Amino acid sequence: MTNLLADYLPLVIFIGVSLVIGLALLVAPFIVAYSRPDVEKLSAYECGFNAFDDARMKFDVRFYLVAILFIIFDLEVAFLFPWAITFGGLGWFGFLSMMMFLGVLTVGFVYEWKKGALEWD
Amino acid sequence: MEFGDIVLAVAIMLGKSLLLLVALLIFIAYALLADRKIWAAVQLRRGPNVVGPWGLLQSFADLLKFVLKEPVIPAPANKGMFLLAPLLFCVLSLAAWAVIPLNAGWAIADINVGILYIFAISSLGVYGVIMGGWASNSKYPFLGALRSAAQMVSYEVSIGFVIVTVLMCAGTLNLSKIVEAQNSSFGLLGWYWLPLFPMFVVFFISAMAETNRPPFDLPEAESELVAGYMVEYSSTPYLLFMLGEYVAIMTMCSIGTILFLGGWLSPIPFAPFTWVPGVIWFILKASFLFFMMAMAKAMVPRYRYDQLMRLGWKVFLPISLAMVVIVATVLMATGLAPGMR
Repeated sequence: MTNLLADYLPLVIFIGVSLVIGLALLVAPFIVAYSRPDVEKLSAYECGFNAFDDARMKFDVRFYLVAILFIIFDLEVAFLFPWAITFGGLGWFGFLSMMMFLGVLTVGFVYEWKKGALEWD
Repeated sequence: MEFGDIVLAVAIMLGKSLLLLVALLIFIAYALLADRKIWAAVQLRRGPNVVGPWGLLQSFADLLKFVLKEPVIPAPANKGMFLLAPLLFCVLSLAAWAVIPLNAGWAIADINVGILYIFAISSLGVYGVIMGGWASNSKYPFLGALRSAAQMVSYEVSIGFVIVTVLMCAGTLNLSKIVEAQNSSFGLLGWYWLPLFPMFVVFFISAMAETNRPPFDLPEAESELVAGYMVEYSSTPYLLFMLGEYVAIMTMCSIGTILFLGGWLSPIPFAPFTWVPGVIWFILKASFLFFMMAMAKAMVPRYRYDQLMRLGWKVFLPISLAMVVIVATVLMATGLAPGMR
């Protein structure tokens, strides 16, 4: 327990210090800078006319698709991390198991490629 | 442990953290200036040269100007989230530096899962971008944030595979031990950039895409999306986004240094060169990677969005996946895998 604390307490303190620096920068102009807002200045940015619609509109489904593909592959990378540092000790059995897993994943990857999930045009 | 000891230990950690952060921010200030100077030199301009001798104080003048600018929060925006986004982005990119070893034993927190921590923290940076773009409640930031997020997560995957190949060679998740694993009598020829050269190239290009660096700066393609997710930001909230971006770039340069260029190790492993402190080598190597990125920014034209996604998913992902298999097979067949019986 003490060991864990000794390892990770510096991390918490470091993040705390960077939070303080970031917060100080963020708050500074609200205290020192001259501020005089008006309606035009505070309106949403648009090219030469008033914004006419809500900005939270429908968007392309491909972004959603990218997010799903990312989850699959990133989970797989997270799964590879522990294997990658012990695979020497696991021997050929561990090696072949992971190759099998990667093979299944590659089949899925080829399928989504052929389906056109990676096309942007 | 006595209460006094604990207070003392915490005070020392506070001092160390503050020292590293201040040193890092000053280094970033000059890296930013160097970036602009290199860009200018390639285009036969002089770059910033008015503030201080040779423009050396330019970044500090910029900081002062940011702080004195009027902070504008657009009326339709969600105010809390609008201000939280840049803070989150900046703090997360600074947080990655807690585990980076600048020299043997010089990391703030030399934890056993260092590379996993960096991978996790750099993934979270996307939230700052998405929150900023959504909370602005304006069309340009919204579209910019979507693009930016899709781009960042796409290249995250190939960076993950690149890290896995290095881990297979080093056999540890601890950043200091990854550097130690590259220590050999061959000097710079024993570092991982040589045996894993294709992965080094993939890592370098993915690092540029991951941090929205030119030639992959699509989120802020001025000609179409103005400034992407940062359109509505002004004053220091904008500064925090820019700062976070440059810190993330330096983080990527340092990770590249640790994984492929032997961290603090001397490139030539005998007498006069090994006397140089490791931290000098580390800074030189990271600066070299940063210089390469600055040159890429100056010389390479911007990618189109479909080309960018094609490169990430159809070129880098298959290459890095194949390299994981190849490296694993070679290590098993030759019996060089760490921990092999």
